[in-house]
Amino acid sequence: MSVSTDKSLKNPGGPTDDRGALTGEVAPPISWQAPVAYWVVAALTVLVFALGAPTGSETTFSLATSKDFFQLAPLTVPAGPVTIGLGVLVAALAGYATYAAVRRVKVGVWVPVIVGIAFLLAFLVWSGADKGNAIAVPNMLTQGLVFAVPLAFGAMAGLVCERSGIINIAIEGQLLAGAFLAAVVATLVSNPYAGLLAAPLAGAAVAAVLAWFAITYRVDQIIVGVVLNVLVTGLTSFLFSTVLKENSSTLNSPPRLPVIEIPLLSQIPIVGPMLFRQTILVYILFVTIAVLQVMLFRSRWGLRMRAVGEHPKAADTVGIKVNRTRWRNTILGGAIAGLGGASFTIALGLAFGKEMTAGRGFIALAAMILGRWSPRGALLAALLFGLAEALRGTLSIVGSPIPAQFLSMLPYLATIFAVAGLVGRVRAPAAEGIPYTK
Amino acid sequence: MTDRQPGTSTAPGTTKGSEPRDPSGTAEPNRGRTLLRDIAESTGAVVTLAVLAALALAAVLIAAANPEVQRTASYVFARPSDFLTAVWEAVWSAYSSLFRGAVFDPQASTTERMFRPLTETLTASVPLIFAGLGLGIGFRSGLFNIGAQGQVVLGAVVSAYVGFAFQLPALLHVTLAVLGGLMAGALWAGIAGALKARFGANEVIVTIMLNSIAVLLMSYLLSTTAFKRPGSNNPISPMLDESAMFVPLLGDSFRLHAGWLLALAAAVGTWWLMERSTWGFKFRAVGANADAARTAGTSVRAVYVWVMLVAGGLAGLGGVSQVLGTEGVLQEGVAGSIGFDAITVALLGRSRPLGTVLAATLFGALRAGSPLMQTVSGTPIDIVLVVQAVIVLLIAAPPLVRSMFRLPAPGSGSRLAKEVAA
Repeated sequence: MSVSTDKSLKNPGGPTDDRGALTGEVAPPISWQAPVAYWVVAALTVLVFALGAPTGSETTFSLATSKDFFQLAPLTVPAGPVTIGLGVLVAALAGYATYAAVRRVKVGVWVPVIVGIAFLLAFLVWSGADKGNAIAVPNMLTQGLVFAVPLAFGAMAGLVCERSGIINIAIEGQLLAGAFLAAVVATLVSNPYAGLLAAPLAGAAVAAVLAWFAITYRVDQIIVGVVLNVLVTGLTSFLFSTVLKENSSTLNSPPRLPVIEIPLLSQIPIVGPMLFRQTILVYILFVTIAVLQVMLFRSRWGLRMRAVGEHPKAADTVGIKVNRTRWRNTILGGAIAGLGGASFTIALGLAFGKEMTAGRGFIALAAMILGRWSPRGALLAALLFGLAEALRGTLSIVGSPIPAQFLSMLPYLATIFAVAGLVGRVRAPAAEGIPYTK
Repeated sequence: MTDRQPGTSTAPGTTKGSEPRDPSGTAEPNRGRTLLRDIAESTGAVVTLAVLAALALAAVLIAAANPEVQRTASYVFARPSDFLTAVWEAVWSAYSSLFRGAVFDPQASTTERMFRPLTETLTASVPLIFAGLGLGIGFRSGLFNIGAQGQVVLGAVVSAYVGFAFQLPALLHVTLAVLGGLMAGALWAGIAGALKARFGANEVIVTIMLNSIAVLLMSYLLSTTAFKRPGSNNPISPMLDESAMFVPLLGDSFRLHAGWLLALAAAVGTWWLMERSTWGFKFRAVGANADAARTAGTSVRAVYVWVMLVAGGLAGLGGVSQVLGTEGVLQEGVAGSIGFDAITVALLGRSRPLGTVLAATLFGALRAGSPLMQTVSGTPIDIVLVVQAVIVLLIAAPPLVRSMFRLPAPGSGSRLAKEVAA
């Protein structure tokens, strides 16, 4: 947001660029930030993880859960050589990124993803070196997905709103409202699927207030978002203390969504349980993201939404109803976030608790930004953040060499680096936050 | 989101409306009507009505959650008087105990105790004044600083450390603790300012992220030997030295401390900075129109950094007053939700120092009175959040309040003002 447009994006230079400079075209400045960041990661991997691991130490990963058909044997790797290898891999990618930067070529999203995975693996190998316990990889991945689900739903909610020009800071409140109503309705009907239907309504209701103030009364969207978070926190906590607490058996003990195991696919080693041994909520998430990814960039609906978010006046000129589009998107976004809220209560079979979303709405916002307002990118960012959270749990079992709090900071730090443009460029929809009047 | 002016864009109409519109003497015959109309159009009327509407809405919630009301509601058509009595009792019991807890308690045993609630209100308002002043400066300079919470936390951490780790003479000790907290808050906010100035990083996102990082940082520090109380397994620091604490203003039986005077002084200082100093003029110029300010020769980047430093310093003092004034110890939750409440304080106070002090006192009263309300009437403290949020929502949308209460729109007489506003 408020990042100047990066010229190199518009002018993907090729080998002809240097000659182009001679004939009068101005070459865009080289963007050093991403390569420098990768080099730092490479240096960290080698200096801290490779040299920090005790010589001759080994790390054990268990790769299968007890339910798996293929019982993969636990994998034991020598810590030193593996971390050095990963460091060299990151260094190679940093070298490639440097080369690409000098030639002013845009690198694909796979570079940061591989750098991230390599860094994470090196970190895991280093933390597990010479510890008695094996690192349970499938469990960690499954846990990571559980943490990532509300983040991904929240990020989708954010991007559906922001692509149409409405800043949604109220994701936190929408998640909380969804969690609340899902728990109460599921308990009342004693059917978790009823809760699943109710949760989007709660999120949409919060979003409707946001739209009402932001679009109809043109109040600053950030203010409304911040205040709505306070309002929903207050309302749900009030209702929790007055009504739910005393009647918890009749109002607040939701049944759990059943786990639906997809035959065959769930038996894929390592990632099978994470992706295909989940509740229906997770499958809905996958479908939502896939549909959004296609619709946003390939459909008339998506084109109109993006037009409204980038240049509402132009959109209006060709007959797109700007404020109606914004209303619809805000409500849709709220509904998606509300559905994400269900993952706090009925997906886990947990009762609603005061402020149980604990700032996840803001991490979802971070995931959206880090994913550059695209569904696929936001999913990756949400998975990364979920995994960082799961890692914290795993390391508390294995015994962590660094304090848990620093691991929890990871999503926030990554986001700050992203908006500061240190890791690539992020650019928000141009008309975001500006009320539209004819 | 580049260079918008959130603080000013909230209410373009009301700031205009509060200025005296000189009808060049033509309105002389019906002066009385003009006066009434001015009052109805004023910001004060909107604020008052918003507060009343929020309290009314909360009253509905309180009544609805009351078991006696629920019981009588089942036969409301048979005996409506029972239902109405129950509603009245529930609402009266909640609001009267709120008043007794926040302003004046006629049921207390001694005169001293009767006035104690008022001092509690003032005590609760101190951190809100500090943080609200800081946020107000940001809003008026076009910077949306959501990060007061993180700045409060950092201010609390550093001032507490100075407070328990060093043995110093009284006046020096408290001064150092205050300065430490101020610097910590300023630097924490300065990160966001510098990133915005250097890289154009959006300050809303950066400050939200810095909030979470600050809380985690405090949680980590409280697990280290430097901060943890010896012999304790809980994340709590040693007690602060008496010499580092703010002196109580009204003797030891009241909690009101010298931080309140410091807060009032800070409000005056903020007024001077924003209204009378060159830097304040630059701040406001950037807030009104960053491009114009840049054209006029103001370094907008420097202003971003300085605004965040000043705002963060004030928010840091909010944390300082919490630790040195009331808590006397650093532990998780020391900052409460001051940083977020301060956003509502600054919005309600229209980002002006006097308004901020009054808004902080109002929210301080809600805060101070709510525990008694909870014990006497069983209404949970959380209702305060609802009241606070509704007030600010209504304040942020003056047209809504006007249409609710059928007030005339400001400047509805002059077409020009409307066209300018549009």
